[in-house]
Amino acid sequence: MVNVNINGKDVQVEEGTSILNAAKKLNIKIPSLCYDPDLPAWASCGICIVRLAGTPKMLRACCTAVSEGMKLITHDPEINRARKTVLELILSNHPADCLQCNRSGQCELQDMAADFGLRQKPRFRKILKDQPVDDSYEVIVFDRDKCINCGRCVEACQVMQNVWALEYSGRGDKTVIGPVAGVNLSESPCVRCGQCAAHCPVGAITTHNPLEEIFEKLADPELVSAVQIAPSVRAALGEEFGLPVGAISTGKIYTALRMIGFKHVFDTNFSADLTIMEEGTELVTRLTKGGPIPMFTSCCPGWVDYAEKNLHDYLPNLSTAKSPQQMQGAITKTYFSDIVGAKPEKIYSVSIMPCTAKAYEARRNDTMKSSGAQDVDKVLTTREFAALIRLAGIDFANLEETQADSPIGPYSGAGTIFGATGGVMEAAVRTAYKLVVGKELGNLDYTAARGLENVKTAEVDLNGTKVRLCVIHQLSSVEPVMAEIRKARDEGKEPPYHFVEVMACRGGCVAGGGQPYGVTDEIRKQRAAALYQDDKDCEIRTSHQNPLITKIYKDFFGQPNSEKAHHLLHTHYEKRALYKD
Amino acid sequence: MAFTHYILVCGGTGCESSGADGIFKNLIAEAKEAGVSDKVQIVKTGCFGFCEKGPIVKVLPEDSFYVEVKPEDAKEIIREQIVKGREVTRLLYNKEKKSLEDVEEIQFYQKQLRIVLRNCGVINPEDITEYIARDGYLALEKALFDLSPEQIINEVKKSGLRGRGGAGFPTGLKWEAGFKAKGDVKYVVCNADEGDPGAYMDRSTIEGDPHSVIEAMTICGKVIGAHKGFVYIRAEYPLAIDRLKIAMAQAQENGLLGKNILGSGFDFDIEIRLGAGAFVCGEETALLRSIEGSRGMPTPKPPFPAQCGLWGKPTIINNVETWANIPVILTKGADWFTKIGTEDSKGTKVFALTGKVENSGLVEVPMGTTLREIIFEIGGGIKNGKKFKGVQTGGPSGGIITEEHLDTPIDFGALTRLGSMMGSGGMIVMDEDDCVVDVSKFYMEFCVDESCGKCSPCRIGTRQLYTLLDKISRGNGELEDLQKLKDIGFAMQKSSLCALGQSAPNPTLSTIKKFEKEYIDHIVNKKCAAGKCKKLITFEITDKCIGCGMCAKKCPAECITGEKKAIHVIDQSKCIKCGECERTCKFGAIIKH
Repeated sequence: MVNVNINGKDVQVEEGTSILNAAKKLNIKIPSLCYDPDLPAWASCGICIVRLAGTPKMLRACCTAVSEGMKLITHDPEINRARKTVLELILSNHPADCLQCNRSGQCELQDMAADFGLRQKPRFRKILKDQPVDDSYEVIVFDRDKCINCGRCVEACQVMQNVWALEYSGRGDKTVIGPVAGVNLSESPCVRCGQCAAHCPVGAITTHNPLEEIFEKLADPELVSAVQIAPSVRAALGEEFGLPVGAISTGKIYTALRMIGFKHVFDTNFSADLTIMEEGTELVTRLTKGGPIPMFTSCCPGWVDYAEKNLHDYLPNLSTAKSPQQMQGAITKTYFSDIVGAKPEKIYSVSIMPCTAKAYEARRNDTMKSSGAQDVDKVLTTREFAALIRLAGIDFANLEETQADSPIGPYSGAGTIFGATGGVMEAAVRTAYKLVVGKELGNLDYTAARGLENVKTAEVDLNGTKVRLCVIHQLSSVEPVMAEIRKARDEGKEPPYHFVEVMACRGGCVAGGGQPYGVTDEIRKQRAAALYQDDKDCEIRTSHQNPLITKIYKDFFGQPNSEKAHHLLHTHYEKRALYKD
Repeated sequence: MAFTHYILVCGGTGCESSGADGIFKNLIAEAKEAGVSDKVQIVKTGCFGFCEKGPIVKVLPEDSFYVEVKPEDAKEIIREQIVKGREVTRLLYNKEKKSLEDVEEIQFYQKQLRIVLRNCGVINPEDITEYIARDGYLALEKALFDLSPEQIINEVKKSGLRGRGGAGFPTGLKWEAGFKAKGDVKYVVCNADEGDPGAYMDRSTIEGDPHSVIEAMTICGKVIGAHKGFVYIRAEYPLAIDRLKIAMAQAQENGLLGKNILGSGFDFDIEIRLGAGAFVCGEETALLRSIEGSRGMPTPKPPFPAQCGLWGKPTIINNVETWANIPVILTKGADWFTKIGTEDSKGTKVFALTGKVENSGLVEVPMGTTLREIIFEIGGGIKNGKKFKGVQTGGPSGGIITEEHLDTPIDFGALTRLGSMMGSGGMIVMDEDDCVVDVSKFYMEFCVDESCGKCSPCRIGTRQLYTLLDKISRGNGELEDLQKLKDIGFAMQKSSLCALGQSAPNPTLSTIKKFEKEYIDHIVNKKCAAGKCKKLITFEITDKCIGCGMCAKKCPAECITGEKKAIHVIDQSKCIKCGECERTCKFGAIIKH
C-alpha cells in the first residue's frame, strides 16, 4: 500500500494506483476525456493534469502512478486555467453542431464544457478538417470531423479487440484516426463489434438508424409485425431510463413493445434455447461421430466476422448453427407465419440487440433468407431502442410488466444467460449432459464459465469422456488460445479444447457495442449478475426442458439437426479478405 | 616507404555538397600523374567544423589550412606543395601567415576544445586503424578485462557527464538504473535522430568518428548486460549511415563487435534503424516505439526506458554526443573530465552555430564558455556589421537569449534559467533584420508539422499559436491575441505529454517576454521594424530617384512605372514586397518602412 496526500487529505491506495483513481477514493473527480477505465491510460487529452504540491510541476493523473509520500493538488487556479485552455483548444477543433449530433445529451465533451462553464463565444478560431462522413456500414457511422483524437477507439480496436481496423495516420495537426490509407470502415478489417462506438466520448463513432420507418411499417395493415429482444437487452435498457444498473426489465420491455405497436412480442431467449438444441446436438455428433474439433460457438457476429477475416484455417470448426437472432427470424417467418397464416414477406420481423454487428449479420449471406424473405428485417441496438421508446412517448420506468407471446417467446433460464460471457457454454453443458449422460446435471450453476477472466477453461465429464471447454471474451483473447490450438495441431497432438465459446465483446453481450454507454467491469458484473438472477428465477432452467422447444421439434422440425433444421437454422462461412480490393 | 605528406580532405556533409569528393578524386589522380602517390597519403576525414569556409583541405606536416578549395585546385596543391614543397598561399585561410601554428591561430578554433570531435577532421573515418591509432577501443578493452560494471558506472557518475540530447540527465545514473533493472534481455540504443532545424552535431560526429559511438555502445552493453544495440538514425543522413556501416563491418572483422569480443566471451551486436524524418522520434519513448515498428508517438514516463524500454525490456538510450564522450572518459579518467566545464555541467558541448554570424560551423567548447565568446570570438561576430539581436538555443524547443545575457557562462542550468534550454545544441544567431514574430512563426510552423498528433495541447495548441502569429504578422492582430498566445503557451507547457509539446511554445513565449514591444508594434501600429512581415512593409521611391529605370526593369511584379529621368512610382496594390527594387537602386532612392 502507498500513502499519498491529495488536496491535504491522506489516502492509502494499492501500489500502482493512478493519481486519478487515488483521488476518486477521496471523492475527487479529476476531469479527463481520454481516460476510460476499460483501457490502458493513453494520456492524449491533457486535461487530467494535477500539481505536485509546492512545485510548478504538473503530472498527468491518468497515467502517473502514485508513490509513497506524494503530495498532490488537483484543483487550483493555475491548473483550472490550463485545463480550461486545453478544453477550449479541443473545442476549437470540434464542430459545434450539437443539435445534429447523435451523442447530444450523452456526450462527454458537451458535459465537460458545461462543467467548465464554457458558455461564452469561443476564444479560438474554429479549425476543422472538413472530412467526409463514413457511413459505409449498416449501422456504424464514423463522422471524422467530430473525432477529438482521444485514442479510446484505437485502443479498444487494437488492445481490447486485436482487430486493428482503426489506427492513427498523418502527423502534426493533420493526424487523424481511422482505417489506414483513408479507406472506409466497410473496406477495413473492422468486425463491427462497435467497441469503438461504445468507448467514443463524443459523436465521432456512433450508431445511426432511422426510427420513423418502424412506425410506418407497424401502421401498415398489410403487415404482421413480430419482434424479439436479445437476452442482454433486459439487463441494460433500464439504465437509459434511470433504473438501477443490473435491473431486469423484461416485462416492461414487452409492454413498451406492445405500446409502440408490435403485434407479436417474442423473445430471443426462446431461440437461444433452440440454439442450444442445435449446437449441443452438433457438438455431441462431432464428439461421437467425428468432425472438426474444437467446435467454436457461432452466436456472436463480431466473432464470426473476425474468424472469416482472420482464421481461414479454422472456419470448418465454427458451429454451423445460426445465432439466436437468425434462428428466431427464421422460425418467425416459417413456423410462426404458418400458425398465423401469413406469407413470410408479409411479416415485419424486428430484433432488438445489444450489438452493432447484428444488423450486418441479418444480411450476411443468403442463409439469412431461409424463409424465402429476409428473416430479420430490421435490427435495433439497445440504445436505439431506448430512443424509440422516447420517440413513442413512453414513460418506461413506470410501466407494468407483461409476458411474451407464445409459441416462440417463453424461455428457460439457459436462454437468458446467453447474454453474459460463458452463458452459452453453461447452457450447453446443462443440455449436453442430459443428451449424453441421460440425466439432468445436479448443480445447474456451472460457475467455471462465469466471470470476467479473459480465458476460462474447464472440464466436464460426460459419461467418462472428459470434454475440455474454453470460454473467451474480448477478441484480443482469441489469438493466444488459437496459438495453443495451432501448436497442438502442428505437433500432431489432441486439441487442447473440444468446445470453445467466443464472444467478441468484453463480458459478452451485456457490454455489447450497442448497449448503454459508460460500461465498466463493475457494470458488466452487475448486468451479468442480473441475468444469472433471471436464470435462477426461471422455473425451467435448461433448454431441452422448455416445453415450447419440445413442441417446435414435435410440430415442425422433427429432430435437432434434422434436414429442415439444417435448412432453416444453420449457415455456412466464407473466407473474407482483411481489406477489400 | 613512409609518406612525406598527408592531405586531409573534409568529408563532412557541407564540404561534400560543395565538391569535396571531386577534390579528393582529383588529388589522387594528380598525385598519380605527378608520380608522388607513394609520397602522399590522401584521406577523406570527418567534419572540420569550419563549414563557413568549406570545402576545407589540410596538408600535413606543414599544417596548411586551405579554405574554399575547388576540385581544380588539386593540381596546384600536388604540383606545388607535394612536389616542390611550396604552400599554395592563395588558398590559405590566413594568407599572410605561414607558420606551423596556423590552425591554432585561426580565431574560429581558439577557445574550442575538441573532445567529442577529437577525431573529426583528423582521421579517416572509414579506416578503423586510424581510430585505433588514436587510442580507439582502449576503453572497450578496459571495460571488458579490467573494470567491473560498477567501476565503470562509478567512473561515468564521477565524470558528471549529462545527457547531450537536451534534457541533461546524468548519464551515470541512467546506466546504473539500467544495470540494476532486472531482466535477461536488455538493449542499448543510440539516438541519432537529430531533427532541430540547423543542427548537425550528431551527424558530423558519426560521419567523422563512427567508431566512438560503436565503442561506447558496446561498453554500455557490457555494463548493463545487453547484447543488442540499435542506432536510430535519420534516413536523410546517408553519409553518416554509410560510414556507420563501414565502421561496424570493420569492427566486426577486427573482433571488436559481434560474438566473443576480443576473446572476452562477451557478445554485442548493433543494428541500424532508419528514421523517416519525424522530429518527435528524437523523443526517446517515441523513438523506441518506432524501433518496435509502431507509430512514433511518445508514451508516458514513468516507466522510464531504463526500466521498461524496447519491447518492455530495460533499455539505455543516449544521444550520439553523449556516447562519443564515453571512451575518452574511460581512457583519460573522470578526474580529467571534471576539470573541464562548470560545477553544473562537465565537459564540452558541441554547437551548430548558424544564422547571422560570420563563421558558421560546428564548434565544441567547454561548458561555461559564454555566448559572447561563441558568437563574437569563435563566430567572428555578426555578419555585415549588423547589430546583434538575440540567439536561439535549443532550436524549436528553446528560447531567445538577448544582449544582456551574453556574458552568462553557459551550461544546462544557466540556459534553463534564461528561459531557454541547451537542447541538442542548435544555435541560431539573429540580427536586427530578424523579426521576432516571423522567427516565432517559423518555429511554430515546424512544430505544427512535427507534433506527433497524439496529445491535444500540442496538436491543436501549435496550430492555434501558429494561426495567431500568422494573424499578427499579417497586421490583423489584436491586443487580446497576446493573452491568447500566453494562455495557450502556458497550457501546452503544463499539460503536454512530452518535451516536444511542453517546449514548443518556448520561442513564442520567450520572444513575447523579451520583445513584447515588437509584438505590440505589429498589432497596434501594424509595423514590422525588421521589415520581415511582408504585409506590414511598404517600399517607396523618394525624390532621390533619378529615373534610371533599373528598378522597374528588375521588378518581378512589374509594378514600377515612370518616365525616363523622372521619379518612378510603385503601384502598392501590385507590389509583392520582395525588395528587389531596394537592392537594385544604386542611389538609395527606395526606402522600406
